[in-house]
Amino acid sequence: MNTNAPALVIAGLHKSFGSLEVLRGIDLELAEHEVVCLIGASGSGKSTLLRCVNLLEPVDAGRIVLRGEEITARGVDVNRVRRGIGIVFQAFNLFPHMSVLENVTLGPRKALGLSRAEAEQRATELLRRFGLLDKRDDYPDRLSGGQQQRVAIVRALAMQPGLLLLDEVTSALDPELVAEVLEVIRELAAEGMTMLIATHEMSFARDVAHRVCFLDEGVILEEGAPDQIFGEPREARTQQFLQRIVEAGRL
Amino acid sequence: MALVSTAVLVTVVAVLVVRSPGWDEVKQAFFSREQFEKSFPDILSGFWTNVKIFLIAEVFILVLALGIAVLRSLPGPVFFPLRALAVIYVDLFRGIPTVLVIYILGFGVPALQLQGVPISPLFWGAVALVVVYSAYVSEVYRAGIDSVHPSQTAAARSLGLTHLQGLRYVVVPQAVRRVIPPLLNDFIGLQKDTALVALLGVVEAFRQSQIEVAATFNYTPYLATALIFVLLTIPMARFTDWLVARDKRRQLAGGAR
Repeated sequence: MNTNAPALVIAGLHKSFGSLEVLRGIDLELAEHEVVCLIGASGSGKSTLLRCVNLLEPVDAGRIVLRGEEITARGVDVNRVRRGIGIVFQAFNLFPHMSVLENVTLGPRKALGLSRAEAEQRATELLRRFGLLDKRDDYPDRLSGGQQQRVAIVRALAMQPGLLLLDEVTSALDPELVAEVLEVIRELAAEGMTMLIATHEMSFARDVAHRVCFLDEGVILEEGAPDQIFGEPREARTQQFLQRIVEAGRL
Repeated sequence: MALVSTAVLVTVVAVLVVRSPGWDEVKQAFFSREQFEKSFPDILSGFWTNVKIFLIAEVFILVLALGIAVLRSLPGPVFFPLRALAVIYVDLFRGIPTVLVIYILGFGVPALQLQGVPISPLFWGAVALVVVYSAYVSEVYRAGIDSVHPSQTAAARSLGLTHLQGLRYVVVPQAVRRVIPPLLNDFIGLQKDTALVALLGVVEAFRQSQIEVAATFNYTPYLATALIFVLLTIPMARFTDWLVARDKRRQLAGGAR
């Protein structure tokens, strides 16, 4: 981790859906090349936080600053901001009417303005790297869940984002398919990709994260190094949460 | 087994019909071979006018209706006037009987004798059909667009695509595939409603058969016209079934080729 200007700063972020206050003042900083894992119960606001960072949800209050630019400011071109941020969803959200190659080249071609040849070259390299090259002409429904999620990660990477958001990317997968997806993320972390990861995979978080944040009822209740959060959590709520995870056999 | 039972049923019905009292009169008035052979060529050439109307009209309908559906999907307060305009258009032209629109445009507009405005009843009849059917078809598109899960839009927007790019490349292609059967349904409706243009004095298949019937008091030409319309729609329906099945096969089981 370096001590340069932070890649991402989230300050005093609030978000409500109707009368339900999902985020109640989130403060979080990510350094360049840092990997931060968000843990917490369902409904604690992890997904909403990620969607806010990608501007898929408008925020009610607070600021998000990406590499010095306040992206929550009025008049910011959201499409330009999103081109620099990759997001991978729990349910993959691949485009079912497009082949793998078309899924991966759509963004580079239409949002970045690359030619078809350039986009396909970039996609081919990425697909080869992640062992998906033989699937390039297949439609998503033909692939296993693990393959689909890896394609979704490749689709996000094809935009060459400076920040990658992962929203419980293994939660919809059969247990035996989780490992192949986590392996990809480990590789990205090792390469220095800046990532904000919402996850239920505690042992993975422990391995890959530089820092772990425990979200509870819309605030970051506790944050620290993985060893500290998982080894000696200070807050009672964190202890309770981890206790339940241990009982469920997930740690 | 199905073959045997069907054959038995058809035979029984045929015998009953043919032996019922008055069959000879019915046969003479509706199924006269002589009348059929005499009128069929003229009706068929009149039908060519119907074909031209619905083929040209359908192109405009598919484009215009999609435009209306897209206007209705635009988000945000800025686009309220456009959304409202689309809603008013659909409410209006789905509500007015097609015949009225044909009369209003087909007789009304040429009567204004405006310079540079076409006076051909064929032209205004086709325009009336485009106007009415666009309202129906836009609702079909809209149902299709609404049926695509919002997560698809989220995925498209997360790549930095604009709202319109998301619609064009992600939402609309999926929506159109889903609504091909109801689109065909409206297309068949349009084919049949081309007969309404006869009310403006255009001689197409229906008008031609009317002329024949008026001359002979034999109704066979009407049946001949009905036959032509049906013969056109049946292959169209099978073609759509095949189209939908092929698409499903490709996405679920096959590769890109």
